[in-house]
Amino acid sequence: MTILELTVLVGAISVVGGFLGSLTGLGGGVVITPAMVLLLGIDLHYAMGATLISVIATSSGAAAAYVREGISNIRMGMFLEIATTTGAVCGAYAAGKVAPSVLAVVFGVVLLQAAWASTRAHPATRVGEPDDRLALRLNLNGSFPTPEGTRHYKVSHVKTGFGVMFVAGGLSGLLGIGSGAVKVIAMDRAMRVPFKVSTTTSNFMIGVTAAASAGVYLQRGYIDPGLTMPVVLGVLAGSLAGARLLPTAPTKTLRWVFAVVVAVLAAEMIYNGVTGRV
Amino acid sequence: MAGESRRAPLTDQRVDEIIGNLLRCGVILSALVVAAGGIWYLIQFGGSRPSYQVFRGEPEYLRHIQGIVGGAVGFHCRRLMQLGLILLIATPVARVAFSVAAFALQKDRQYVVITLIVLGVLLLSLTGRLSG
Repeated sequence: MTILELTVLVGAISVVGGFLGSLTGLGGGVVITPAMVLLLGIDLHYAMGATLISVIATSSGAAAAYVREGISNIRMGMFLEIATTTGAVCGAYAAGKVAPSVLAVVFGVVLLQAAWASTRAHPATRVGEPDDRLALRLNLNGSFPTPEGTRHYKVSHVKTGFGVMFVAGGLSGLLGIGSGAVKVIAMDRAMRVPFKVSTTTSNFMIGVTAAASAGVYLQRGYIDPGLTMPVVLGVLAGSLAGARLLPTAPTKTLRWVFAVVVAVLAAEMIYNGVTGRV
Repeated sequence: MAGESRRAPLTDQRVDEIIGNLLRCGVILSALVVAAGGIWYLIQFGGSRPSYQVFRGEPEYLRHIQGIVGGAVGFHCRRLMQLGLILLIATPVARVAFSVAAFALQKDRQYVVITLIVLGVLLLSLTGRLSG
């Protein structure tokens, strides 16, 4: 295989990953790394480095669209980024110390969780939660516009959410992914933030978290420009197309299709990790 | 919006809009640089054999921001692509830096401190003080 052929193949995988990722809200990174490792035999560290950079591209690209709707909670995001960035640096540091086969198994488990989470309905926001003292002190409670007028919400269990965010950042740095699924869980389930707010705020945070890991990845030599180029451009093209089709796409069916793809890749990653082939 | 822009207060909504535009410009600019480097790279090396099966790590000059940005000597396609990627990594960092200023203008000292902590972690990571 020549560099041109490899570039086209990696670009095609990235377009599909970015497209499905933006339609399902899972992000493209979760499929691109395992696809590069399993289908093209690329070393896990190079694949992680390339995907991590594409995560920044999709996060920043999508943020512009989200911001217009005015629903992300910028204070909550910034406060939680203390946890995700420090977690990311620790995770990225650990990625260089852990054997690739172990990384592959962890990657598979995280993929399974993302697949499972994507097929589940988000929990209804509870009303009448008691005020969280930390949320009041940090001015985290917010509001967002809905067709029925401005809706106010409270943020609960801030300490738990902060802890889960550290783990989310750690996984992001360890595996070179956005780990949006874990971030949304922290905000949805622990902090009880409305789903719309948690998705957009999580998207905002993903880019900053990935930038923290990227510094370590760069110095470790994980980021190869020739390989990252088709991934970044492909994911950007795919996610732009996905965002354009989102209003009319059969997202429910797509989410199931994507969950099955992710689950198969997860099983492959775990198998390859356990048998020491990665 | 245009008429009231001269003395418009710096509301959270306004800050969000500026940040959104900042991020979009960063992504477009870096994508253009990466694409230009990519075309150059494929023209020059498209027919060679890639070697990504075994991890060797990038050469020293592609691992540090100083090496990628500075020094026009030996400027070539791989460095141009890496420069575009650095621009991409820089967009969320610029977003955090802008937020520091926005919170300062809003006189929200608590969030100036919080945002400075995040910025500090990012800069430590990017300057290589944390890579071990």
